[in-house]
Amino acid sequence: ASTLIIAEPGAGVASPGTLSAVTAAKAIGGSVDVFIAGKDAAADAEALAKVDGVARVFKADNEALANGIAEDMTAAILACQEANKYSHIMTPASNYGKNFLPRVAAKLDMAQVSDVMAIEGEDTFLRPMYAGNAIARVKATGAVKIMTVRATGFDKASPEGGSAAVEDAPAFESAGKSAFKSEEMVKSDRPELESASVVVSGGRGIKSEENFELMFKLADKLDAAVGASRAAVDAGFCSNDMQVGQTGKIVAPDLYIAVGISGAIQHLAGMKDSKTIVCINKDEEAPIFGVSDYGLVADLFKAVPELTEKLPARS
Amino acid sequence: MRVFVGVKRAVDYAAKVRIQADKKAVDISNVKMAINPFCEIAVEEAVRLKEKKVAEEVVAVSIGPKQAQEVIRQALAMGADRGIHVTTDMRVDQELQPLAVAKIMAALTGEHDPSAWLLGKQAIDDDSNQVAQMLAGLLDWPQATFASEVEVSEDKKSATVTREIDGGLQTIEVPLPAVISADLRLNEPRYATLPNIMKAKKKKIDTVDAASLGVDLAGQIEVLEVSEPATREAGSKVEDVDALLAKLKADGLL
Repeated sequence: ASTLIIAEPGAGVASPGTLSAVTAAKAIGGSVDVFIAGKDAAADAEALAKVDGVARVFKADNEALANGIAEDMTAAILACQEANKYSHIMTPASNYGKNFLPRVAAKLDMAQVSDVMAIEGEDTFLRPMYAGNAIARVKATGAVKIMTVRATGFDKASPEGGSAAVEDAPAFESAGKSAFKSEEMVKSDRPELESASVVVSGGRGIKSEENFELMFKLADKLDAAVGASRAAVDAGFCSNDMQVGQTGKIVAPDLYIAVGISGAIQHLAGMKDSKTIVCINKDEEAPIFGVSDYGLVADLFKAVPELTEKLPARS
Repeated sequence: MRVFVGVKRAVDYAAKVRIQADKKAVDISNVKMAINPFCEIAVEEAVRLKEKKVAEEVVAVSIGPKQAQEVIRQALAMGADRGIHVTTDMRVDQELQPLAVAKIMAALTGEHDPSAWLLGKQAIDDDSNQVAQMLAGLLDWPQATFASEVEVSEDKKSATVTREIDGGLQTIEVPLPAVISADLRLNEPRYATLPNIMKAKKKKIDTVDAASLGVDLAGQIEVLEVSEPATREAGSKVEDVDALLAKLKADGLL
C-alpha cells in the first residue's frame, strides 16, 4: 500500500488532525506521503517532514491553493496522484478536507469512505452512520481507497523523529473557477474545540447569549474550549462553529462538561467518546445523565458560578 | 434561472434507530421518515431565490422508493414548482451510494439544464457529506459547500457564497452554473401552510426509472456488517458541586 495524506494547514506546525491521519495511514501499512498546501505551506512542510513515519512531503506553495478552493485543490491532488499512483488518499475529516476530497474521488470515479474511525485492513474500515448510532464495517472495492479520517479515532503520531524529504508538488493547471473574496476567522485565546483536553458545552438551558458568559468563565478556569448543543446554536446563543454533534464538531476530550444540555441523539454523537463526561442539568430525567460519569442535578445558574469559583486556578 | 434542489427521504432526526437482526443494515421498516433536515434548508433557500425573482423555476428532485414522493410533495408545498422522482428500490442509506447519486444528478443536469443545484451538505442516514462535491466534479462546475449565505449577482452570472470553514467563515464568488451545499445556518425552513399543501397536490411530479439513465448504480462500498456502537455506562449522580469537585480531583482531572 502507499498512502497520500492531504494535510490540513497548520500555521507552521503539523495539525493535530494530520497527526492522527498519519497514524491511520501507518495502520494501513506501506509508505506514507503528505501533501500540504495553504498560506504557510513552506513552514508546514518543514514541520510535517519531522513527523514520525512520513516518507515524503509535497509542498504546494501556490497562490491558487492558499485558500483551499476545491476546484484547484482537486487539480493539484490529481496531479500528485497521476505522478505517484497511490493506493490510498486520505485527509482529516474536518471542513477543509471534506470540501475537496469527494470531488477528487468523483474525478477518479472512486467512492469515498467518510469519517473512518478505525482501520481493520487495507480495504476494511469502520465508519459511523446515523449520527454514530450505527457503526458500519465496510469494504472499499475500488482501485484507490479514498477516505476522510476522524481525528478522535486515532492517536496522534509523534511530531518528532522523522526526516522526510520535502519536494515541490507536481505542477497543475488552475481551474480558475471560484474566486476567494474574504475570510473571517473567529478569534479566540481558548484552545481549539477538536484538540482541547477539556471541553465545556452549553445547551438550551443557558437561555440567552448573555448567559453564555457563564460558560466562558468556567472554560477560562479550566483552560477549556467552549462548545454548544445544536439547540443553543439554533437559538442564537452562540456561533455555529461551536456546535458539538452529528452536524457539528466531533470531540473526545479527557473531560467534557455538559451544562443545560438534555442529550439529544445528535449531540451525543459528537461527544460520547469523551473519556470523562460530567453533566449539570436540573431535569434529572434528561438523557444526558445516561452517558455521564458524574451527573449533578442542579440549577445551572447556581451550580456553574459555584463550580467556577471553587475550581483551583490553572497555572 | 432554473434551480434544482435535492430532497432525500431519511429517518426522522429524532427517531431512534435499531440494527436489523441480520446485522446487515439499520432497521427502517417501522421508523418515522422525513425530509433530510439539510435538504429542507436547501429547498427553503431555493424558494427564497424564487421569491426574490432570482430563480424562475425551482425543481425538487428525489431519488428513492415510491415514498420518496412524500418529500417531493413537501418541497412543493414549501414553494417548489415541480418535482422529478428518480425511482429505485435500492436502499438509499447504503446501497445507492453518493457517487451513483451524483451520477444520476449529472444525467438529469444534461437533460434539464439548471443554472444551479442546491443540496443539503449531508444526509443524516449515511452521513457521507459527498454528493454536492462529487456532482460538481462530474459536471466540472464550481462548488460552494457548507453555505451559510448565498447571494446571486444581478446579471445571474455568479453567486457570492459565505461558507463555514474550520474556525470561521470564508466568502467566495462562484460563476454559475454551480453546485451549492447548505449548512445549518443558511436559513430557517418555513412550515408549509395548509393551502400550500393543497396546492402542492396539483403540482406535477415526473417519474424516471434510475436504471434508465445509463448510469452505473453499483457501489464500490460493500457493507459487511452494521452494529451498535459500544454503549457507555451511566455513572453516578453527585450530591453537590463539592462532591463533583472531589470526584474530579480523585480522577486526576483537575
